[in-house]
Amino acid sequence: MGTLVHKSLLAQGHALSETEKQLNLLQEASLPCFETKLKESNLYPLTAIGVDVFQINIGKMCNQVCKHCHVDAGPDRKEIMTRETMKLCLDAIDKTACSTVDLTGGAPEMNPNFRWFVAQLSARRKKILVRCNLTIIVANKSYNDLPEFFKKHNVEVVSSLPYFNSKKTDAQRGSGVFDKSIEALKMLNAVGYGCENSGLILNLVYNPSGAFLPPDQSVLEVEFKAKLRSQFDIVFNQLFTITNLPISRYLQYLIASENYQGYMEKLVNAYNPVAASTVMCRTTLSISWDGFIFDCDFNQMLDLKVSAKDQHISAFNIDDLLNRIIIVNQHCYGCTAGAGSSCGGELT
Amino acid sequence: MKTYYDPEDLKKFGKVSEWQPELGKKFFDYYGNVFEDGALTKREKTLIALAVSHAVQCPYCIDAYTEDSMEQGFDEEQMMEAVHVASAIKGGATLVHGVQMMNKYKDLSM
Repeated sequence: MGTLVHKSLLAQGHALSETEKQLNLLQEASLPCFETKLKESNLYPLTAIGVDVFQINIGKMCNQVCKHCHVDAGPDRKEIMTRETMKLCLDAIDKTACSTVDLTGGAPEMNPNFRWFVAQLSARRKKILVRCNLTIIVANKSYNDLPEFFKKHNVEVVSSLPYFNSKKTDAQRGSGVFDKSIEALKMLNAVGYGCENSGLILNLVYNPSGAFLPPDQSVLEVEFKAKLRSQFDIVFNQLFTITNLPISRYLQYLIASENYQGYMEKLVNAYNPVAASTVMCRTTLSISWDGFIFDCDFNQMLDLKVSAKDQHISAFNIDDLLNRIIIVNQHCYGCTAGAGSSCGGELT
Repeated sequence: MKTYYDPEDLKKFGKVSEWQPELGKKFFDYYGNVFEDGALTKREKTLIALAVSHAVQCPYCIDAYTEDSMEQGFDEEQMMEAVHVASAIKGGATLVHGVQMMNKYKDLSM
């Protein structure tokens, strides 16, 4: 257990705010190379197999400073996607057959063009996911109508709740976050989110609050549902368990708590070739706030751009991207451990 | 500093098979089978193992099953309750022998 953080690594001037330092650290650990593991599983080079999901990070600004955040998001981060870049994203989306647009951040709702962007996507009849941190809904009055807005555009809400008690939740996400999250969940339930036959999907995300792997998703979902129902009368659809990847603030936590080597060994020992064959980067494109293209949000935070001639959304070339080789590094062990991990939970 | 218990030794547990491969293999196969889902779930077995680890006071087992319990989604309260179960049984096992003492005392008394 440690102290809560209040500033991003960048604002602290921390060495690990630099992606190069993070990559050096990941390379230095005496662990088998991820590429070698893929070769042993006949999966190297890992290639794209389609573009089903556009995951767009529309800004690093957030009202929370979570201890495990791989984005290093926080109130002090000012990087925000402009409407011009959003328009370029829409042009790119129109050139693909993608089914889903996944909006993330930071707190994506803090982008002043968030609602405009969602409306544009909604008009295109795309499945829209918003990774909502819950507390933004109660952060101030201007966000209180988010549940209604989400409902209007049939947005699928995906929200982090690391545990069904305040101790573990607040330890990871900040003091008072659990109570505010419960309040926000009740507001979402009140408009129908998570309720049977409403068609409004509310999924929760569990990230381990420490240096350990997530539990079996289906088993934990049963417990989450029972506890949230009995203690708070809250309902939701599915629980996704997600492994923390050794990037940014979670990497900093692992090092500061002297858990880095042990955690990496755990990830390596839990390598699952079946999970490796179904990793989300094979069907996803990740776009940064400034319009660069990546294989996934984790690669984005390590500034590992796609292996393609044109790496910016302004020169989007779908054919080139469909034939790309996925950029991998040691952090990828996080997605291939155990049952595997993706933004949609377990892979196997 | 040398100590009797080194946490790093836990990773070497499998090496006990080097000096007796046949029995080692039988033990580890059995161990693996025990923790599979059965009439009890793997998750329930983890919590039992955590309690037993404390009862037998094995530092390797306590490290291993604390981590395992966290990975099965148990929280501090649930895990400490499991330790109390071990404590109650161990304490009870001591105390119940008090009956034997009482019996013997009575046998020897006028």
